[in-house]
Amino acid sequence: MDLHLFWFALLGVLLTGYAILDGFDLGVGIVHLAARRDDERRVLLNAIGPLWDGNEVWLVTFGGALFAAFPRAYAAAFSAFYLPFMLLLFALIFRAVSIEFRSKRESAAWRRFWDGAFFTASALATFLMGVAVGDSMLGIPIGPDGDYTGGVTDLLRPYALLVGVLAVATFALHGSIYLHLKTEGELQRRIHGWMWRAFAFFLAVYMLVTVVTLVAVPAATRNFANLPWAWVVVLLNILAVANIPRAIFRGKPLGAFVSSSCTIAALVFLFGVALFPNLIVSSSDPAWSLTIANAASSEKTLRIMRTIAFLGMPFVAAYTAVVYWVFRGKVELGKFSY
Amino acid sequence: MDAVLLARLQFAFTLMFHYLFPPVTIGLGVLLVVMEGMYLKTRDLHYEAMAKFWTKVFAVTFAMGVATGIVMEFQFGTNWATYSRFVGDVFGSALAAEGIFAFFLESGFLAVLVFGWDRVSPGMHFFATVMVALGSMFSAVWIVVANSWQQTPAGFHIVGTGAAARAEITDFWAMVFNPSSMERLVHVLLGAFIVGAFVVLSVSAFYLLKGRHLEFARRSFTIALVVAALAALAEVVSGDSQARTLATTQPAKLAAFEGLYTTAPGGTRLTVMGFPDTAERRLRGEIAVPGLLSFLVWGDWNKPVAGLDRVPRADWPPVALPFQSYHVMVGLGFLFVALVAVALLMRWRGTLFQARWLLWTFVFAVAGPFAANELGWVAAEVGRQPWVVYGLLRTSDATSKSVPAGQVLASLVMFGVIYALLFAVYVFVLNDKIQHGPDEPAPPPAATTGGGLLAAAGSLAGQGGESLTSTGEAAGRAGGE
Ligand code: HDD
Ligand code: HEM
Ligand code: HEM
Repeated sequence: MDLHLFWFALLGVLLTGYAILDGFDLGVGIVHLAARRDDERRVLLNAIGPLWDGNEVWLVTFGGALFAAFPRAYAAAFSAFYLPFMLLLFALIFRAVSIEFRSKRESAAWRRFWDGAFFTASALATFLMGVAVGDSMLGIPIGPDGDYTGGVTDLLRPYALLVGVLAVATFALHGSIYLHLKTEGELQRRIHGWMWRAFAFFLAVYMLVTVVTLVAVPAATRNFANLPWAWVVVLLNILAVANIPRAIFRGKPLGAFVSSSCTIAALVFLFGVALFPNLIVSSSDPAWSLTIANAASSEKTLRIMRTIAFLGMPFVAAYTAVVYWVFRGKVELGKFSY
Repeated sequence: MDAVLLARLQFAFTLMFHYLFPPVTIGLGVLLVVMEGMYLKTRDLHYEAMAKFWTKVFAVTFAMGVATGIVMEFQFGTNWATYSRFVGDVFGSALAAEGIFAFFLESGFLAVLVFGWDRVSPGMHFFATVMVALGSMFSAVWIVVANSWQQTPAGFHIVGTGAAARAEITDFWAMVFNPSSMERLVHVLLGAFIVGAFVVLSVSAFYLLKGRHLEFARRSFTIALVVAALAALAEVVSGDSQARTLATTQPAKLAAFEGLYTTAPGGTRLTVMGFPDTAERRLRGEIAVPGLLSFLVWGDWNKPVAGLDRVPRADWPPVALPFQSYHVMVGLGFLFVALVAVALLMRWRGTLFQARWLLWTFVFAVAGPFAANELGWVAAEVGRQPWVVYGLLRTSDATSKSVPAGQVLASLVMFGVIYALLFAVYVFVLNDKIQHGPDEPAPPPAATTGGGLLAAAGSLAGQGGESLTSTGEAAGRAGGE
């Protein structure tokens, strides 16, 4: 396969992995405050306790891979989104430490504070990532030398904000389905309710975004002319979305979780199709867009890193499998829990 | 303030904050392997209690390392866009390899290490501990390789000109094994082992002084003391070899470390202390050993070492900051060797655990290795100036052109506030853990709780005479209260 295409695809895989895996633990954060009692909140935290850190590594690796494979795109995107990404960093920091610190002390005020921080940070991080996706779909002002020429306000466009809301809704749904899998008894019954509410919210935003995208963002479907099979993904996506309520209703939460994972994968895929072959679309002049050809590292580097990726991926898959296997089953609060 | 200065301040601040934590995890990781290995070998529950307690300290520190590490990765793009474009081809591979090889390994097995005690077999758990320790060392490998490439670039060529110039790899292994990477790696890892060992020494000394968890503290102290002694000695050797390499790879930096403004014929002196005065190009209040630097660097008392006068004025690094940071680091290095030597001697004589002054010294000495590590980086990085990639890209050309100074200032202030808060919480939680202490090993055959501390203190006094190697058994009985 062409190296540029390979790296574009691999970035897609990393982003998909990140969105599915960190998606559920961000989602748990978004619904966190719906749990009222302290022991319930601890169950929620412990449902993701051993996993969230490994999930976040997908983001770290995505960033590293973007830097390595397409340095010009990495440089442009990260400096363009300066303030939003700083906020995202603050959110990620608070999230990490609120999970770690919340249960370290008995005090109710202490726990309330970190509960609030956990929720806010999870929701904000998700929202900001969604906004970045929305802005990428629309394109941002990039000059001839690959540097961003706009300001912060150029990023706060209604469509981008709407995609941010979609991200929050998607992860809230994904996270509550995950929680349903990991809990039992009374708490699980309540989570059942959250799941339905999250689904309704998701469905409404999803349909709205779809319509707006089709009407207002012509670039999004530009590639469908040459890639007719991309329609299959659209179709599968709709089936996956439809299967979520069906699986919930029939008491098959694992099916629902697989479906919401597929939905996320399909959304990331469609995002990739909309961009291709660009990484960053310049709204000032299409000729200045950063593409997988003009933003890439040298062939040699891409080849070396492909070897690194092939060597590393089996290990990554193995660790991930081991960890998920060791921590399978319902959450129990024990001596080593948060 | 100008955007470049702000970006540098932000980078320095966030990185120095990040660098408080990885050395602890790298160093503690090794100690955890030792402790848990001892447990598997002896099945002595004290070792299990030790491994469990230090794992908790490890986990809290790890979370801080992760949270502040992501900031670093983002910052290359957010604040140093031009730099990122320049080095991406070379440097990105190291960063991506770090993600794939190190972070996944580390974070995956960390879950088993922290939460898996009652979910996996002891053998599997030990395996996870080893993997976490290895993973944290791998993280250091790649990031240090990348940094070393910045200091002594190799295995690349330059493509394009002016603002569009960038480095491209020509030889991957030459990039990885550039002239300073392996030496720097050894030095960094040893520095981390020293930190980890001193953390354990500090907490254990505190327990010994307070008469708490005595058996736990004595054993932790002894293990950490051995690690500290080996690492501290090796660190001096490793530092010496780094300085020698500098003489050929980055002479301007070495000249700044030594405050050498002019190249004098004959042997060059080694300054023990002094105050560089760049305006007058000389050292004030200097104390120096004649000829020693020439000897250390060239093995020849009479061959001169190049001074800053051999470098164009525009390429001079600042002198005072690297000079002082370097000297304090080296001073601390020798101090650790001395301190550890005294402690070992007393441990061997059996008087260590009664020497309250020495124990108190260890309680506070933990600040030293942190300081030495930070100062080492300040010396290395500021000494590289005005280049961000030595000889190729100037720091002043490397920032993000599209980010206004105001935004950098805003984020810098935010980092200041958030990190201060984080640090307070970290210390608070750590203190809580330390005050709570390790759980006593599960089945205490005879002893009851009442008067346990006194009894233990008594037995501590009684055991004064034992040697380094015979702690195991006799002590095992005494600590079971
Ligand atoms: C506990 C930590 C610690 C201790 C005790 C020492 N160092 Fe160090 N030193 C570091 C921790 C460190 C470091 C943080 O790891 C640095 C920063 C960059 C690097 O390579 O390692 C460093 C850098 C560094 C450099 C700069 C390398 C470069 O820029 O290429 C030199 C020449 C030395 N050290 C030499 C010494 C000597 C002669 C020591 C003898 C006592 C010593 N260090 C003790
Ligand atoms: C500019 C420099 C650096 C960057 C970009 C960086 C990046 C990162 C990132 C992204 C993480 C989080 C990984 C995760 O999610 O698990 C991290 C953690 C870590 N970093 Fe750094 N880092 C830098 C400097 C260093 C240095 C100099 C060392 C050691 C010598 C180091 C050692 C570690 C370790 C061991 C961890 C794991 C967490 C921990 O043990 O505390 N890093 N770093
Ligand atoms: C973790 C330990 C490190 C510390 C404490 C540290 C410290 C510093 C300091 C103090 C500066 C500011 C220098 C100045 O303003 O004169 C700086 C700059 C910088 N360092 Fe390091 N550094 C570390 C490791 C690294 C690593 C591992 C890398 C790259 C992989 C790196 C890359 C840079 C870059 C790009 C700058 C900005 C340009 C500059 O001001 O030199 N540093 N660092």
